[in-house]
Amino acid sequence: MSDPTKSAAGISRRKLLGGAAIAAPAVVGLGGLIGSRQTGAAEPARSQDPTMAGHPGHDGFIHARFADGPEVDHRANGFDPSDILRDFDYGKTRRLGNGRLLREWEIVAHDKEIEVAPGVKYEAWTYNGRVPGPTLRAREGDLLRIRFVNASDHPHTMHFHGIHRALMDGMPGIGENRGGGQIEPGGIFEYEFEAEPFGLHLYHCHVAPLASHIAHGLYGAFIIDPKEGRPEADEMVMVMNGFDTDFDLENELYAVNSIPFHFINRPIQVRRDELLRIYVVNALEYDPLNSFHVHANFFQYYPTGTSLEPSELTDTVIQGQGQRGMLEMKFPFDGDYMFHAHVSEFAELGWTGFFRVGEPSDLDHSAAAAAYCKLPWGGDGAPA
Amino acid sequence: MEAGAGAERLGRRLPTWTLGVFPLLLIALAIAAIALLGGGLGDRDTPPVEEVAVERTVLRPGVIELTLRNDGPDAVGVAQVAVNDVFAPFSSEAGTGPVEIGRLDSARIEVIYPWIEGEAYEISVLTSSGGTIAAEIAVAAETPEADGGFFGLMALLGIYVGVIPVSLGMLWLPFLRRMSATWMAALIAFTVGLLAFLAIDAGLEGLEIAAGAPGAFGGSSLVYLGALAAYLALSGVDAHLSRRRSAGADAGAGGMYLALLVAIGIGLHNLGEGLAIGTAYAAGSLALGAFLVIGFAIHNTTEGLAIVAPLREGSGDAGPGLGRLLALGLIAGGPAILGAWIGAAAFNPSVGALLFGIGVGAILRVVVQLAPLMKDDEGRILNPVSVAGILAGLAVLYATGLLVSV
Repeated sequence: MSDPTKSAAGISRRKLLGGAAIAAPAVVGLGGLIGSRQTGAAEPARSQDPTMAGHPGHDGFIHARFADGPEVDHRANGFDPSDILRDFDYGKTRRLGNGRLLREWEIVAHDKEIEVAPGVKYEAWTYNGRVPGPTLRAREGDLLRIRFVNASDHPHTMHFHGIHRALMDGMPGIGENRGGGQIEPGGIFEYEFEAEPFGLHLYHCHVAPLASHIAHGLYGAFIIDPKEGRPEADEMVMVMNGFDTDFDLENELYAVNSIPFHFINRPIQVRRDELLRIYVVNALEYDPLNSFHVHANFFQYYPTGTSLEPSELTDTVIQGQGQRGMLEMKFPFDGDYMFHAHVSEFAELGWTGFFRVGEPSDLDHSAAAAAYCKLPWGGDGAPA
Repeated sequence: MEAGAGAERLGRRLPTWTLGVFPLLLIALAIAAIALLGGGLGDRDTPPVEEVAVERTVLRPGVIELTLRNDGPDAVGVAQVAVNDVFAPFSSEAGTGPVEIGRLDSARIEVIYPWIEGEAYEISVLTSSGGTIAAEIAVAAETPEADGGFFGLMALLGIYVGVIPVSLGMLWLPFLRRMSATWMAALIAFTVGLLAFLAIDAGLEGLEIAAGAPGAFGGSSLVYLGALAAYLALSGVDAHLSRRRSAGADAGAGGMYLALLVAIGIGLHNLGEGLAIGTAYAAGSLALGAFLVIGFAIHNTTEGLAIVAPLREGSGDAGPGLGRLLALGLIAGGPAILGAWIGAAAFNPSVGALLFGIGVGAILRVVVQLAPLMKDDEGRILNPVSVAGILAGLAVLYATGLLVSV
């Protein structure tokens, strides 16, 4: 098929995206989304495009995908996977008397039906109404205070990976007599601990049955930057997860940031030759392993982000449950490059996406630049 | 006691029809009250119950077509479809995107997937509430197009396995006419054995098909209901005809009538046999060939013998005309053609289960009809000769059945 929208990578975008008319608003839409830390930013409607309607399969089977038709309603969900990518929550900050920086968050757990695939509803349990929960980010040595409000119908906790006292571990059976441990519906608890060690961590609910509580959506990334910071980069968070929608202890859907195939429909815009840093967290339940693979490129891998030196130059990493690591790479060529779990089953059940690499001037920077993480410690509200 | 007597007194004063209508009125009032007030049971607020049966699977190059029947109490939304753990786009009559299937409704969806001949597939349909419906394709093969050539082929197959062998079996009639009464009783017993085998076979086949049929339409109970209905219907017809027969006192007509019953029973059985052949052909799991045709010929030739066995009774001078014999052969063998068509082109498991059930009932009725003809001098139905005949009948069909397991 001769197609004027063929990209440099030689992949027909008509087949991937349903036409140039769709690709264009996706670019504009991303700019709008990046600029906003709140969810529900304006979105172009893809499904209205006439080239998409009524031609199911006439394009054949190029790769796994959902049925043509309306996309997941991110606005109703209250979060957008593209938005979550570059959404780092630094909390409210205040300098304490001893010169230390205090970061405070309020995290509310509540039950919420979300559309996990076009037309498929799932009764999720969420932190702050989104899956994954907010990416909490601090710097090594900061004092962290997380006020946890359980507005769910079920008992929950926040269990942080880090170094802290037993009472702050979010572990049922430990500290109930001091208001901690398992937090019952309506309960409130304030977790307080120091941000250590630096690296990429996660937090999740630790109430039994554990797999069920986590699989319902109670997890999020937790980043502690080293004191000296890291080199400037375009940073993004990918929480690898899935949903067992029929409760048979196997996932029906796989994704990064919850919505399968989302980044197929809306490729992640990145700039050629710019350092890209991806925080990859495996929050998947029911499958022991997950993986991340990028096409036509290699990355430096920093397991758990706890070292400033990479451990390996590779294009595929495996992560067990709860494992995570940082990736750094630059794309030297323009075009669309796939990234996906190299557990191919997961890839074809939704955990697949594209990077769209272009000239800096090709992309909408005015809004995106504000969200790009340069050096977060300067202008995030901490008094000088 | 007092109240009862009072009601009886009241009752005697009212016209009879009011006594009949009064309970009906009360029932209507109760239903209206429950409908309006809910009866205190409240609305069901549990998650929707999703039961969907996959009625039919059709494979075309690059496409898997599923006919889904909503079998549960609630509407079901078909949201996404995965084939062997790969999400694949699909469309339906409603276009693209999720399809809602109302209670007892069906929907046909076309899944775009590059299936490979000879491989196995598991299709998982994801519903709007996150439930999954599984369909299995044991061996993938292209479903034949239901065009003229296909119907011709199925007709030829039906003639080969139904009409020809049954008609050939009927050619034993002149031979039967020279048999002694004892041998004839043994032959009838042999027929009963054949029929008993067919009844068991059809019953099990029907139950197997019913297992894949939507429960809302009765599932396996369709087999039993079909059998009961057919048995009762044929008994009714029999009672009606026997009154006329005794008026005419024509023994030859009795033989002909019995032969007709046997032919109908066997015809229903062959309908089932045709269904099995047709569905197997449609699923690509039928090895068309001489072996199958020969197997069926041997298997079904004995059925022809069963039809003509009762005709010996009416051994008048001329016997039944050729036309009548041909009609019997068509009644018994022809349904194989019809079955093959239905099975290959528009098979519905609920209808299939019912048809098999009807076959069972018809055959059982014929067995009951034939039983008195096995009597020995002392009037026993189960005597050494008849038991030997029945066992021989079972054994022959078991053995020839090995040739044709579809």
